[in-house]
Amino acid sequence: MKICVTSEGKTLDSKVDPRFGRCRNFIFFDTDTGNFEAQENANAQFQGGAGIQSGQLVVSRGVEAVLTGNVGPNAHQVLSAAGISIFAGISGTVKEAIEAYKKGEYKATDTPSVGSKFGMPGKSS
Amino acid sequence: MVISVASGKGGTGKTTIAVNLALSLKNVQFLDCDVEEPNAHIFLKPQITGEQRAVILVPEVDEEKCAYCGKCQEVCVYHAIAVLPGNNGKRGSVLIFPHLCHGCGACSLFCPQGAIKEADKDIGVIEIGGKDDMQFIHGRLNIGEAMSPPLIRQVKKYINPTKTVIVDAPPGTSCPVITAVKGSDFCILVTEPTPFGLNDLTLAVEVLRKLQIPFGVIINRSDIGDGKVEDYCGKEGISVLMRIPFSKEIARAYSCGETLVYRFPDLIKEFRNMFERITTYADRKSQE
Repeated sequence: MKICVTSEGKTLDSKVDPRFGRCRNFIFFDTDTGNFEAQENANAQFQGGAGIQSGQLVVSRGVEAVLTGNVGPNAHQVLSAAGISIFAGISGTVKEAIEAYKKGEYKATDTPSVGSKFGMPGKSS
Repeated sequence: MVISVASGKGGTGKTTIAVNLALSLKNVQFLDCDVEEPNAHIFLKPQITGEQRAVILVPEVDEEKCAYCGKCQEVCVYHAIAVLPGNNGKRGSVLIFPHLCHGCGACSLFCPQGAIKEADKDIGVIEIGGKDDMQFIHGRLNIGEAMSPPLIRQVKKYINPTKTVIVDAPPGTSCPVITAVKGSDFCILVTEPTPFGLNDLTLAVEVLRKLQIPFGVIINRSDIGDGKVEDYCGKEGISVLMRIPFSKEIARAYSCGETLVYRFPDLIKEFRNMFERITTYADRKSQE
């Protein structure tokens, strides 16, 4: 099964990016094989609609779960419409997040964790 | 002649200038384009005689016809549509985000299935009225509505070029301001002699130069703060049209909803003189 983790860098030792729509990278991880692929997030630059575009990108990759710090209302709507489970409030490294997810330590969120524009430059730390 | 009043920084006295200039002239049409918080009516006290709905068109998708091809999403530069293709026998879905929609109509134009029609979405109202020989029009954006430019454009459709049109613009230097000042023959920038005033004035000047609209500056509360706005205007060759000193009496009149020209009738002459200078200048510029 494929999952997606928002990441500041491109390796499993990178930190989980606290933003979904404007995260720096997406790491697509296959829990069956342990293989992963990092993809830079071109949507991070958008003035508006970053969450929607990022949501669609993740949907198109056929993942079943998203692990991230925070997810806004638009992205949440896209991901849930596609039936993807969303796990927010995650920090630490990507590797730690994947391990904890595999052990079933996270609980899926069914509401957005932040408001619109949370990930805009100057808004998050 | 269309004169807009803008500022960059908020709270510098745009509405005060716009209202008092309008009251000093004859045959005026006043447009309050600060549709997020219109306040000129508090001072002008017009009688509102008409109301018009302001709407934008937002897409509605007929999922019976939709093939989930994603063309609409591709042409939407505002990312207001998300198409999720179906898989494993599961139907796809189309998500519309109306608060991001600018009502441009590209989605329905490009949809190969003819599955998108556009429906009216209320964004606010336009109120029309008058006071003596002045015509008054303003827009009120609905609470929670994010996008003011479509409403500002609809207010500006009422512009009557045979009158002296005064446009009270919103603060800032982004889309709403550009929409409000576009097409003006002249723009008055109201500022204050503070670091904030100067910073935002500089940004507003850049906007007007780009739009190629002739402009001048009014310095409000001109006798407090520092001299850097004056220095800047001198250096940039920007004419200072008027200086209004700080006065407790002006502040008191303002807070009672009274106008300057009512409290200080001598100012009428000053506003008229300024208008003459603006007309001469704008005429000369338009002939260049």
